[in-house]
Amino acid sequence: MDSAAAALLGMGLAAAGFAGAGVGIGYIFGKMIEAVARQPEAEARVGKYMWIGFALVEAIALYGLVIAFIIMGLRK
Amino acid sequence: MEESPLHPFELHNYIPMSLGGVDISINKAVVIMWVVVALVAVLMVMAGSARKLVPGKLQSMAEMMVDFIRGIIMDTIGKDGMRFFPLIATLFLFILFCNLIGLIPGSYTVTSQIVVTAVFACMVYGLSLVMGFLLHGVKFLGILVPPGTPAWLLPLMIPIELISQLARPISLAVRLFANMTAGHVILGVLFGLAISGGLLIGWLPFAFTIAMNGLEVGIAFIQAYIFTVLTCVYLGDAFHLHGHDEHAH
Repeated sequence: MDSAAAALLGMGLAAAGFAGAGVGIGYIFGKMIEAVARQPEAEARVGKYMWIGFALVEAIALYGLVIAFIIMGLRK
Repeated sequence: MEESPLHPFELHNYIPMSLGGVDISINKAVVIMWVVVALVAVLMVMAGSARKLVPGKLQSMAEMMVDFIRGIIMDTIGKDGMRFFPLIATLFLFILFCNLIGLIPGSYTVTSQIVVTAVFACMVYGLSLVMGFLLHGVKFLGILVPPGTPAWLLPLMIPIELISQLARPISLAVRLFANMTAGHVILGVLFGLAISGGLLIGWLPFAFTIAMNGLEVGIAFIQAYIFTVLTCVYLGDAFHLHGHDEHAH
């Protein structure tokens, strides 16, 4: 295989890590809605941790993006 | 070859300078950092100089900010953490204003440079280590052993905990940098689609950029908040080894 094609494939595979973050974010918001539906007065407390969790999960997806950028930098 | 999506993040020196072999040139990021420092300082001095019992708009904003940061510190570190209030408030305001100012077209997002975020992260992590060793002495090395670990698990747990400790500054730096970079890359790609799509279909990605801009404002706040909270959590770990203290929460 051409090395340029391999680099493009690698970048695509790195981006595929976003699937995991999608599952994670869906889980976080789903559980948040579940928790608030059970106990509406806990919304403020739960919401704080939800946003922290959201940002942590989103950051993991972005590590994949960083790897894609690293591959792009190596390509030249 | 196509243009790199990282092209807008490249910096060009306005005034090349070097001090003893170290590059200290003035570029766009440096100028924007000066603007941010001036903006934060002027806003806060203006809010604090004419204090009234019934606060005006600026003063209530500043009071809300101070209350917010005090809440974070009290929740994660406790009362002892209040002596770090100036540091944590400065970090929060600087990162927040850097993130927000980067959303203005034509300006520059300083936090999309990993150098900036890495310096913050290493400083915060180094401070937490120094505080831990100052407060607990050699016993602070016990942070590598979670409470209740059986002795036969120690050879496994210590390397794992060591790696998780070393990952802290890296993840702190990469999180902020990657979030800011990714947001701007997505906006750039969408604008590229809007231009290449023409009038017939180009309005669709253009409309989406408006939604993305809204999300980016949210992300700017959330990332500044996350950085502050994690700073407090790491400092809190140094204060309360294994969270045994009853006033940790």
